[in-house]
Amino acid sequence: MMSSLFTYTLRIADSSLILGQRMSEWCSKGPTLEEDIAMSNISLDMFGQANGFYQYAAQLDGLKSADELAFRRNEREFFNHQLVEQENGNFGNTIVRNFLHDTFNFLFYTQLANSKDETLSALAHKSLKEVKYHLRHSSNWLVRLGDGTKESNAKTQVALNELWMYTDEIFEMDTLDTELFNKGIAVDNSALKSDWDAMINNTLAKAKLIRPEDEYMATGGKKGLHTEYLGFILSEMQYLQRAYPNAKW
Amino acid sequence: MNEIKFQERIDAEKKIEPKDWMPDAYRKHLIRQISQHAHSEIIGMQPEGNWITRAPSLRAKMILLAKVQDEAGHGLYLYSACETLGISREELVQQLHDGKAKYSSIFNYPTLSWADMGAVGWLVDGAAIVNQVSLQRTSYGPYSRGMVKICKEESFHQRQGYEIMAEMAKGTLEQKAMAQDALNRFWWPSIMMFGPQDSDSPRTGNAMKWKIKRQTNDDLRQDFINKTVGQAELIGLTIPDPDLKWNAERGHYDFGEMDWDEFWSVVNGNGPCNKQRLAHHKKAHDEGQWVRDAAKAYAKKQELVAN
Amino acid sequence: MAENATVWEVFIQSKNGLAHKHAGNVHADDKVMALENARELYTRRNEGSCIWVVKSEYIISSETEDSEAFFDPSNDKMYRHPTFYTMPEGSKHI
Repeated sequence: MMSSLFTYTLRIADSSLILGQRMSEWCSKGPTLEEDIAMSNISLDMFGQANGFYQYAAQLDGLKSADELAFRRNEREFFNHQLVEQENGNFGNTIVRNFLHDTFNFLFYTQLANSKDETLSALAHKSLKEVKYHLRHSSNWLVRLGDGTKESNAKTQVALNELWMYTDEIFEMDTLDTELFNKGIAVDNSALKSDWDAMINNTLAKAKLIRPEDEYMATGGKKGLHTEYLGFILSEMQYLQRAYPNAKW
Repeated sequence: MNEIKFQERIDAEKKIEPKDWMPDAYRKHLIRQISQHAHSEIIGMQPEGNWITRAPSLRAKMILLAKVQDEAGHGLYLYSACETLGISREELVQQLHDGKAKYSSIFNYPTLSWADMGAVGWLVDGAAIVNQVSLQRTSYGPYSRGMVKICKEESFHQRQGYEIMAEMAKGTLEQKAMAQDALNRFWWPSIMMFGPQDSDSPRTGNAMKWKIKRQTNDDLRQDFINKTVGQAELIGLTIPDPDLKWNAERGHYDFGEMDWDEFWSVVNGNGPCNKQRLAHHKKAHDEGQWVRDAAKAYAKKQELVAN
Repeated sequence: MAENATVWEVFIQSKNGLAHKHAGNVHADDKVMALENARELYTRRNEGSCIWVVKSEYIISSETEDSEAFFDPSNDKMYRHPTFYTMPEGSKHI
């Protein structure tokens, strides 16, 4: 029987890993060499965060190692936000996706740092430093792209419209979240929404971008339901561990 | 007059700085060599970048990404050094895209298994480090300083490659076979990274006289082979050269004939991945154009606001 | 040919209390980007506690041909160095 705390930790780790994986796809493809390096740095931060949370989950579970958790679970056993598995697309898609997620992560880790669980709190403190920088990076770029040329404004607005549907599930609370929140361990995600709205609105205004209306909003990450992209991410990422199950690397 | 003074400075081991007078041919040689070096770092990101999303553990993933990121950084240090000679990074990239500037041929070989990450780190970075250590003493100040920084950062690169090879060589039979296969494919291209034999290297004369290069291709190659043979033996892999043996009299390893036809064919654009590597770079560059334009436009608007 | 990017010189203070030292340059379009790019490139291994960036065009350098006029005259002003002075034998703390 998986403990609630294990699952909760795994969910955080999964979002970090998948976003890290997406960001690592940018390596050698950035719009400038400087930006290539910046995106690798973000990716490395995300892998580092994922590693920290997987290590803790592995310790709670006592059965699987951090690597086994990352490389030997199937799609339906991954609990990341659907937002982070979305394709990199053009640089604007990536910036919008990261901006929406970084803003959430900033608020989330700020709260998780107060968790009664000491390990989660420590991991949150460490992650928060990195996420603050990520948020600066994505916000600054969002403003440059939004308030750059006509073309860049249009591309970024399209990206925002397309990704908006994935911004609702990040605030969801299921019974597991509520149970751990009542124990002072988990964050009340739904309570982050108003601050998130304010921060998003503020940056979108600077970027001369229009906030989309909530129409169809996706859900399912917490239940292991994903978009079609995740299967491909995992089959690529897990290939060696799956093809050579007895090998050590 | 200038030329004599210049050579005196070189002979006295004094560094040449960007604002110093230098012969045109010296400047041209440097631009060619440094930009080729920079492009090699940047194109060199691709064969290893090829495996980042498939790295088999969290640790391996982070190490490989950090390493490829370093290569981007090293490319940047070198472009910076080259810019001090009065040429912009944009021009250098254009020369690469036009096929006027070259990069190291080794990166035109494909990376086909995870063991290739080991072979590339161990052999390709190993060979590069031998060359770069020597270039720390190059006569042009900005190039020399760039090399010092690069050598400091690169010291982990070869180790991570050798670690992968060592792990795989003592792993399952399949892993060991992959490691040997990687060594077989990368050995000869790696030792040819040092360039043609001295007897066929027309520019070596000037480069040595001006102390741009400090050791000849053949000397560097021999140095690398001497260092590497024992490392292969230690982890139980066989270097694919039947003529390789210790020569006590010379105090060096003797080694077999390199296939220079293949070398020149790859240099001249007919390697397995030449087109792919350049197309990848161009595509990223073209797809980034609107982003660079946006950032410029935004910066201009900000300046108007500030004034 | 695309318009050249703006080049910025980067100075890193490796530790609080030390002077900023020239590290190299980066390309960037605005000052925020210049700082961030410098951070990404030159502080990947804990090298920094503070970063300065300045547009390369604002660096004014002396010329090599002026170096004699600029720097040689100080050669014969040895009285600026403490070793110039003869201290009485046995004097301490001076």
